[in-house]
Amino acid sequence: MPNSMQTDANSRELIAFRVGRQEFCINVMMVREIRGWTAATALPRAPRYVRGVINLRGAVLPIVDLAVRLGLPATDPTERNVIIVVQIAHQQIGLLVDAVSDILTASDSNIQTSPDVSSDLVKTFVKGLLPVDGRMISLIGLDNVLPASELEAA
Amino acid sequence: MEDPMAAIRETFFQECEEQLAELEAGLIAMENGTAEVETVNAVFRAVHSMKGGAGIFSLDALVRFAHVFETALDKVRSGDLAATPPVLAVFLRAADVLADLVRAAREGGSVDETRTAALVEEFNHINDAGANAPPVPPAPAAAPPPETTDGLFEDAPQPPVWKIVFTPRPELYAKANETALLLRELSRLGEMRVTLDAAHLPDLNVLDPEGAYLTWHIELVSDCDESAIQHVFEFVEDDCTLEITPPVAPGFAPGTVITGDNGFKFEFFPPAEDEPEAEAAPEARAPDPTTEAPVPAVKEIPVPAAPKSPAVEAMAAKAETAAAVSATIRVDLDRVDRMIDLVGELVINEAMLSQRVMEAGINRASGVAMALEELEHLTREIQDSVMAIRAQPVRSVFQRMPRLVREVAAQTGKQVRLITEGEGTEVDKTVIERIADPLTHMIRNAIDHGLESTEKRLEAGKPAEGTVKLTALHRSGRIVLEVSDDGGGINRARVKQKAIENGLIAPDAQLSEEEIDNLIFLPGFSTAAKVSDISGRGVGMDVVKQSVTALGGRISIASRPGRGSTFTLSLPLTLAVLDGMVISAHGHTLIIPLGAIVETLKPRAQDVFPLDREINVLALRGGYVPMVDVAASLGYCDQFVEPEQSVALLVEGEGGVRAVLLVDAIHGQRQVVIKSLEANYRAVPGIAAATVMGDGRVALILDVDAVVRNARSEAGRVEARADLPALEAN
Amino acid sequence: MSTTVLTVDDSRAMRDMLRHSLIAAGFRVLQAEDGVHGLEVLETETPDVIVTDINMPRMDGFGFIEAVRRDETRRAMPVLVLTTEVDVEKKNRARAAGATGWIVKPFDPVKLVDAIRRVAA
Repeated sequence: MPNSMQTDANSRELIAFRVGRQEFCINVMMVREIRGWTAATALPRAPRYVRGVINLRGAVLPIVDLAVRLGLPATDPTERNVIIVVQIAHQQIGLLVDAVSDILTASDSNIQTSPDVSSDLVKTFVKGLLPVDGRMISLIGLDNVLPASELEAA
Repeated sequence: MEDPMAAIRETFFQECEEQLAELEAGLIAMENGTAEVETVNAVFRAVHSMKGGAGIFSLDALVRFAHVFETALDKVRSGDLAATPPVLAVFLRAADVLADLVRAAREGGSVDETRTAALVEEFNHINDAGANAPPVPPAPAAAPPPETTDGLFEDAPQPPVWKIVFTPRPELYAKANETALLLRELSRLGEMRVTLDAAHLPDLNVLDPEGAYLTWHIELVSDCDESAIQHVFEFVEDDCTLEITPPVAPGFAPGTVITGDNGFKFEFFPPAEDEPEAEAAPEARAPDPTTEAPVPAVKEIPVPAAPKSPAVEAMAAKAETAAAVSATIRVDLDRVDRMIDLVGELVINEAMLSQRVMEAGINRASGVAMALEELEHLTREIQDSVMAIRAQPVRSVFQRMPRLVREVAAQTGKQVRLITEGEGTEVDKTVIERIADPLTHMIRNAIDHGLESTEKRLEAGKPAEGTVKLTALHRSGRIVLEVSDDGGGINRARVKQKAIENGLIAPDAQLSEEEIDNLIFLPGFSTAAKVSDISGRGVGMDVVKQSVTALGGRISIASRPGRGSTFTLSLPLTLAVLDGMVISAHGHTLIIPLGAIVETLKPRAQDVFPLDREINVLALRGGYVPMVDVAASLGYCDQFVEPEQSVALLVEGEGGVRAVLLVDAIHGQRQVVIKSLEANYRAVPGIAAATVMGDGRVALILDVDAVVRNARSEAGRVEARADLPALEAN
Repeated sequence: MSTTVLTVDDSRAMRDMLRHSLIAAGFRVLQAEDGVHGLEVLETETPDVIVTDINMPRMDGFGFIEAVRRDETRRAMPVLVLTTEVDVEKKNRARAAGATGWIVKPFDPVKLVDAIRRVAA
């Protein structure tokens, strides 16, 4: 059920999910599909947050453990874990998360800036904070979710 | 919506490429003395056809040059000019210029004007030399060639003049007909002179505004038939007086010439004496005013019940065209590629299904298993058929070579004859696109380094003209390309000396002749005393080998002193699928391209020597080959496996560099569909690509070159190169 | 009912060009790549007008016209030659073979259509 907040011209739909004990959300427009966890083939010398690649109907899809990417303890994926397939520019990647929790509608005015005390990692990904029913959901951007260059991986 | 003219223009240029190829092939056949009568005609037609097409698009420079060229070819065709070697040499160079002109017209840009002008000059000379040759205009100002049709029309009869007297009655005007429109309609039939007879016009005060007082006298110059004139007056014939006086000779007038301002010329011939005109005679059809273009009696065309929409008409026309022109269709390449992707999916899915069925413990003799086997068979067939759609003959690449040979021959001052064989050999387009560069390089090398100078050839008692032969053939599921020359062969002493100087081999290394020959593929090796800009701008055969290996190919050389060398290049027939060895390393399934694997070994402990803590070498037939633990090399583990407990694969990477790969186990061979890692991720060091296995999981394809290179650099870091004798040449 | 024109030309670009112009003018267009192919088309089709090139492989325009005229039922079928040839001798050969008219390329589509209408009418 969409958790409706204020609706105005700037409103957008967000998909919320749990990673560890935290909740995050991304713009629903980026999401291509949500699927269950399947074992990934490890890539040599990949950053720790790249779990490997899986076969998505013939395409090779990299899987990012969002927990590791956000500086949290690594996910130990089970069948209950979920892969959110997102489109970033011309590429599709899978985000390994614990579970999808909500679909929200929020406008810019609902989104608060994150406090200045946050770490660099948070600053890189967290674009704002969204208070919902006493929960705090972090809106994250995915532009830098994959390694930018080979240097980072080496 | 596509611009039809742009599409036709594109077709024209495509066709030009074909005609240029045919032109060149024909000229070469003439040069070799293998030309047939039809060859000369085909050569003429190619140039003629390009000229014709170029005229449509007002490509004046192309038309002019093609015209001069064509004139000379026509003389050869008619026997007025002998196709001597000097004449053919001019023709070949003219073919190159023509190719440049076509490309300039297609892509914009300019051509070497002086070269063109020089050739036109040579043509003028040739054309003048031909018997009874009318002089060729040096450069006609306008696109179309000068007309030479005058003689035929000197006694041409006068154009036919119809005399028409048209007097409307008041009823004509009453029915909202307009004389001006009728006259305009009539004027479409031909040139018209109209005189208005207003003699019956009364004074204004007695004029009946709805009366009719005027008569038109019309002289119509037209070869139309009477029915066409009557057709104009079809709706008014009861409301006017119409007198039509036919010209002296009815029907279309022989010798009528219509000239357009773009060189267009249209002329009717008089009918042949015994031409039976009765059926098609205008009179016979005159009473039928319902069709604008009366139908000859012999025609049978199905009449549509209702008027078709333009789209339907266009489709029908297209369908007719397709049926009439040929049994081939042109398909957008993207569609074929999409189909190949889908078939790749099908192959994977079929494999997955098979595996699941096996896992479910279904009896092999059961109906399910048998149906599955049938499915597998069908899937392979579909895959082969789809791949065959993309298969193209190597001709398109071979056809670029004669020009290259001419250019390199001119640059080196050598006389070279190129022989090609097996142009029809087919290979996937992914491969075609990538063999041109290595071939170019090999042929340059064959002329520049392989063939001796003319003087040396004569000294050696060889013909002054050297021969380079280019052959394509299929051999055991691969395409084999051979470039051979009848030059001096590899100077082994010099090659070995050079390799020693460059530190590539130890001074006391014992190498077989074959091993010495193959030293030329080592990176940085160049036997040319000075770096030649012909044989690849300072890069040697190692670059060729690199690009060939990158395609899953192999290259080798066989040389006989004084007799010449043969380079043999073997490539997979496609780059969309790959034959690989399925192996496991530290629990990871990997694919190693079969093309890179020389042999599998079972290393013995006494043959393994540690260079240091990290590098072992394997003594192999008198040399030492570095050993690479695949899992460790990819960072899957830190621990090295015990060499004697693993399976070893002797592989060869770029530049003939060899290494022994250690893996846990070999699980067999299979053909895999190559999937890109870059599409959704990026390039991964040590990994060439990915594929999907029967269980639906992704397996990585090892980049053998990268792994071997890595091992070599580590080995080199630890030990001086000279201490690894014959490392690469093993 | 539209007039049917058979175009015989070995150049795809020229055939496309002709088809484009003639269909725009309301003709029904049949195509053949050379004389041999043209005769094959004539086995099942009876065009109102034939427009043929001269220089073609397998069977050139002269041979094609002669073959057309050899058939009694096709002696009245108008055949226009569309060519870049300007040689008088060639033109005479075409006439001797039984061509109805001679059109020099590059052609003006309007005039070509006009010429076809004249012989078809």
